[in-house]
Amino acid sequence: MLAYFILLFWTFLQIGLFGFGGGYAMLSMIQGEVVTHHHWMTMGQFTDIVAISQMTPGPIGINCATYVGYTSLVNAGYAPIWGVLGSLVATFAVVLPSLILMIIISRFLMAYRHHPRVEQVFSFLRPAVVGLLAAAALCLMTAENFSTPRESPWQFWVSVLLFLFAFISNRVYKLNPIRIILLCALAGIVLM
Amino acid sequence: MWTLFNTFLRIGLFTIGGGYAMIPLIEQKVVDEHRWMTRDDLLDLIAVAQSCPGIFAVNIGIFVGYKLRGIRGALITTLGTVLPSFVIILSIALLFQQFRDNIYVERAFKGIRPAVVALIAAPVFRMARMAKINRYNVWIPVVAALLIWLMGVSPIYVILVAGIGGYIYGEIENENKLNKTS
Repeated sequence: MLAYFILLFWTFLQIGLFGFGGGYAMLSMIQGEVVTHHHWMTMGQFTDIVAISQMTPGPIGINCATYVGYTSLVNAGYAPIWGVLGSLVATFAVVLPSLILMIIISRFLMAYRHHPRVEQVFSFLRPAVVGLLAAAALCLMTAENFSTPRESPWQFWVSVLLFLFAFISNRVYKLNPIRIILLCALAGIVLM
Repeated sequence: MWTLFNTFLRIGLFTIGGGYAMIPLIEQKVVDEHRWMTRDDLLDLIAVAQSCPGIFAVNIGIFVGYKLRGIRGALITTLGTVLPSFVIILSIALLFQQFRDNIYVERAFKGIRPAVVALIAAPVFRMARMAKINRYNVWIPVVAALLIWLMGVSPIYVILVAGIGGYIYGEIENENKLNKTS
């Protein structure tokens, strides 16, 4: 069990250290580690966690780390109380690199942020973060989240419609994500 | 110290939908209400916090806390920002465990899942504009996305390689410029 906690800590420490580009880009990293690499949960479970992280107050990265820490322990068959400890470990680990880095930066590096060498690193890093975000969306387009035309044509096409609705209403009409999620939940209850 | 904790507790509690929604609230509290720093100072901090790894709101909190009260201040603001998430998410996690098998909850989440995917896809284009993607560097996000999506490469390695690659590319460019001028 101790090994499990150490692995959880190490995983979220890396996510905190390399998580450039804010909450959504960080989701790609959490997904890569937690679902693809360690198999601590299914893609569907992860999607539910993201949904709840978006709807509840607080930074999405913290919400997600807390929830994933809890769920991965419970999924592994441990009692909920260990899950609480798991979320403590994950949240602490994801914040720790920030704490150390930010203090160093505010002491020394504020003066160097326009330094050409720093700019060089970011000239590739910023575009890569866009790719990370796109990958997060692509990885979530699974049968578990959308079903398939063969398995359940009705659920599949309703899912595609809800996807288009959410995408367009957010991008074009700037509808609040919480409203979008609530509307789609309602549609799910009525239609699915 | 209490005001510092309390302020960031509110920032953690009242911002829904992540990072960027927090900026106006942080501005109002830190600049207008408590006058902890000037607007220009805060904008500089935001710019740096954005380009740093980690959670944006937490980064800002650490900066402000450290500037005002040193390491203790940084710890206090971090705790303040994280605590609401922690309490709320854990309560939900414990409850959701019992309701997950409920047929209505299950159906609701069937409807929610496609929406979540769309909400992650939607900011891709906005981010692309912010990252100044053009026809010369568009291959970077495309290759990054394909590596992660199709090959299962860890995003951590993609970030590492992109950072190192950018540095080396810049060095080669500098070398070429030097050769041309000399």
